[in-house]
Amino acid sequence: MQQNDSRENVREIVVPGDLLSESGLKAGPGTYVESGHIYAAQLGIKTTRSNVVGVVPLSGQYIPIRGDMVIGKIVDMGASNWYVDINAAHQSSLHVNEVPWRVEFGETGKFMTVGDLVSLKIVGVDELGKVQISMKEHGLRKLAGGVVIEVAPSKIPRVIGRSGSMIQMLKNATSCRIYVGQNGRIWVDGDLDSMLKAIDAIKLIEAEAHSTGLTEKVEKLLGQKSGKGE
Amino acid sequence: MGGTPLPDGIKLIDENGKRLDGRRPDELRPLKIEAGVLKRANGSAYLEWGPNKVMAAVYGPRECHPRHMQDPTKALVQCHYNMASFSVDDRKRPGPDRRSQEISKITSEALTHVVFTEFFPKTSIDVYIEVLQASAGTRCAGLTAASVALADAGIPMRDLVASCAAGKIDDTVVLDLGKEEDNFGQADIPVGYIPRNDEIVLLQMDGDLTADQFKTGLNMAIEACKKIYEVQRDALKRKYTLPAGRNGEGAEVN
Repeated sequence: MQQNDSRENVREIVVPGDLLSESGLKAGPGTYVESGHIYAAQLGIKTTRSNVVGVVPLSGQYIPIRGDMVIGKIVDMGASNWYVDINAAHQSSLHVNEVPWRVEFGETGKFMTVGDLVSLKIVGVDELGKVQISMKEHGLRKLAGGVVIEVAPSKIPRVIGRSGSMIQMLKNATSCRIYVGQNGRIWVDGDLDSMLKAIDAIKLIEAEAHSTGLTEKVEKLLGQKSGKGE
Repeated sequence: MGGTPLPDGIKLIDENGKRLDGRRPDELRPLKIEAGVLKRANGSAYLEWGPNKVMAAVYGPRECHPRHMQDPTKALVQCHYNMASFSVDDRKRPGPDRRSQEISKITSEALTHVVFTEFFPKTSIDVYIEVLQASAGTRCAGLTAASVALADAGIPMRDLVASCAAGKIDDTVVLDLGKEEDNFGQADIPVGYIPRNDEIVLLQMDGDLTADQFKTGLNMAIEACKKIYEVQRDALKRKYTLPAGRNGEGAEVN
């Protein structure tokens, strides 16, 4: 039962229905308000930051948010669009206007086909959960080569680390190209050994995402000569 | 109910006021819950309640099929209660029957009440409840396990639902009927309850009770639900406080 963290917040796991605050605080994400009291709506860790109380979820499906960078998989094609699985509840459609190439009507298949992986940006989510995606931004492209692994979307912030520290460490230690999608998909490319090492490290982060001293454990794993971790 | 009488010489409550399995009238069977037991499901829970063994798995929110059932304003909570053919003494004919359809329906309704369905329009949240071993009170066990599985799946919800039954045997109101008590008893009241705001999300009654007996039974079940609620919370918290792969041992009530 580790309760203390090296950080300023004491980690407290809350379950749905737990009372977070009687008054004085504002309700943040993962909470709800009933008769003036703030309750947890999700299983997660309670966080209080400048009078906003929220819950950082420990599990859960990917919920698209505008501005997210994700990795999508083409599952179907239309004459002027592709259907993309972005690991959310619904498929979304990528229109030819939203790709960096000029695509003639009916020629979508010449650019991307079923099974291709692409990096995308969520440009909008409407109230019906319909997601608009785009590839028209610097760095967004078809992901050729490498492998994509899936981790729980709730663990992605730990893979990235504080202002990208963890992912930077991974990139430096393995000299792999790594692209992290907010939807729980991570693309890794490099030579075989370093790829395996990077994947081992990501798997370790996923398994121990909520434990303390995670950075040290990952450092230790990356420091080992062979890529055979857990 | 009231069909075949109990064999001669056997009493559901003995002269010391103890029941067939040695419990007091207001005593629960031992309960054990473990959260997150299935890898492929978004959330899951395994529950042992006396001889009952129940597995619950939650998938979603995901696209709702058949499409005509999806609601453009909110998610659907779809429960599928199923008893394994080997879960009872006589082989249970596999497949859906009227009983399991009813239980699926009441469980869905109880859970819809706590889930923030409006967050996930056009989707369905599928809850599968598999009874591996049954010995009375499986609908309560199923609902209790399902709400732990829902929370484990990270689905936003107002609260966990705890569920327990009360009943009447030998004209005495008792808690959490066992198999014999259910078969040869006089009444059964399953209750689904939310301790936080004192809300009842499931209430059924099978058999005859006076108004007073019903109230006693309901209060008994509500008190038990509060204990069960603690076990549920403990199961969820334990999953994330113990080092990975070491959340085997469960806490028990009583």
